[in-house]
Amino acid sequence: MASKGPEVPLLSVEGLSFSYLDSPRAALTDVNLKINRGEIVILAGQSGCGKSTLLRCVNGLIPHMYPGDYKGRIVVDGDVVAETPMGKLAQMVGFLFQNPENQIFMFSVERDIAFGLENQGLPRQEMRRRVDEVMGLLHIEPLALRPPHELSDGQKQRVALAGIIAMRPNLVILDEPTSLLDPKTASELVSLVSKLNKELGITFVIVEHRLELLTPIADRIVVMDKGRVVMEGTPTEVLTNPASSTHGLAIPPVFSLYSELAERGSRLPRAPLTPEEMAQELNAP
Amino acid sequence: MTFVHQNGVKALDGVSLTIEKHELVGIVGENGAGKTTLVRHINGLLRPTSGSVLIDGADARGTSVAKLSRKIGIAFQNPDHQLFSESVEHEITFALKNFGFDDALIEQRLNWALDFFGLKEYHKSSPLILSGGEKKRLTLASILAWDPEVVVLDEPTVGQDAIQKAKLLEIARTLHSAGKTIIIVSHDVEFLWSLQPRLVVMKRGRVVEDGPCAVVMQERELLEDARVSQPQLVALYESLSRRPASPFQDVSQALSWVSGERR
Repeated sequence: MASKGPEVPLLSVEGLSFSYLDSPRAALTDVNLKINRGEIVILAGQSGCGKSTLLRCVNGLIPHMYPGDYKGRIVVDGDVVAETPMGKLAQMVGFLFQNPENQIFMFSVERDIAFGLENQGLPRQEMRRRVDEVMGLLHIEPLALRPPHELSDGQKQRVALAGIIAMRPNLVILDEPTSLLDPKTASELVSLVSKLNKELGITFVIVEHRLELLTPIADRIVVMDKGRVVMEGTPTEVLTNPASSTHGLAIPPVFSLYSELAERGSRLPRAPLTPEEMAQELNAP
Repeated sequence: MTFVHQNGVKALDGVSLTIEKHELVGIVGENGAGKTTLVRHINGLLRPTSGSVLIDGADARGTSVAKLSRKIGIAFQNPDHQLFSESVEHEITFALKNFGFDDALIEQRLNWALDFFGLKEYHKSSPLILSGGEKKRLTLASILAWDPEVVVLDEPTVGQDAIQKAKLLEIARTLHSAGKTIIIVSHDVEFLWSLQPRLVVMKRGRVVEDGPCAVVMQERELLEDARVSQPQLVALYESLSRRPASPFQDVSQALSWVSGERR
């Protein structure tokens, strides 16, 4: 079960600075960040703020694959990233790319989901059990024998996510997961993330520009700007803080309206996360 | 018109749609509804299996893609399918040279495009080193540089932060008020709501609704069926027990109504 408390964090970024080789400016400057077990965290900020670099530091691409000036450290579940082989990190940290096309490649959906498990050298029976389990969780059993390239974008994304979840990672990173999805498919993905978080206790870090999709399920938003963490807090704390728009965040209308009302001395008793919650507050006598 | 893929899949099924000069049109619908297939017919990249596409009254079948492109610029969804040059600068000037623009004009347009889309620092770089959002901006820059009459944007806001989105809104509005015809395919209902285009809803290769954004976005069941969500301000409006005659266009409209109510 997801427990959300101030225990030893699952991910701890400690005084991390990084500059790519031959790059004149630092991509990350003294980043400090803790992510607790069971949290859902949105990582936000404008293009080029350092989000992608930070994620590369979490899954070990930096410093293992990218040379540069690296200071500070990242600890994932007790292991220091810079001293941990990438193969081991890949089992602890699942990474869903923006475009699932880049991630699925086998002849059938179930083979694709099993691919990571085969690499782990799990016994066949255990692989079968886990593949069936994740296909059930993600409602993709009917697709088991289909070739992945025939699937819709939303289905492909589920298959890629299933392959990640089957590895039982503690931490899953989603990089702009809804960008190719229609609005309904996007909100189904969001419900799925919430379900995996509640039922399996998986911690999620999600990079997303369309904040309105995720604010209803997120515990925290971490905002980066020019390679630094500049704000963090609950969605309400961050999105009703006037500074958030100066860091390039698209404030969902519900949050702007809440802040503007508060500023005019008409603060709603409860800060809403969705239009429906806001209407409830406004409809109350 | 109808379009059947080589594998027999019917991507467009009896679509009839007229877009007038100077219109601003948004196209929404679920993944695979046929939106991208439809816009690829506009510059002749795809030819209909039956029916026809008329551009300025002339059958697109009789006109080459090159000729149609001068008039119609399409920025595709996936920039990797579009970018091919060795440098950002070349990417932008390629079409301009092909269309025979003179050097002074090319220079001017290049500078405008680099500046407007925040790509100046990369002008000598390979497009391959750009981030997803920057590549997307480069495809837009290279199309807008030749100043086509019709601008088609397929999912322009994907991977764009708030600042770039605001810029895209500004571009769309500016081009529209400068007399261009703008067609935008997008899943981003908040973006479309800010633009208030004529809205075309597609489902399974058909046009299922076509009308003003403010009207169509209130058709909850139809949208649900086409897997489109309502923008936050419309969802809020519809959940209010007392509300004005039409949904809030922006936060400040919502604010003045709500503050009035609470006084």
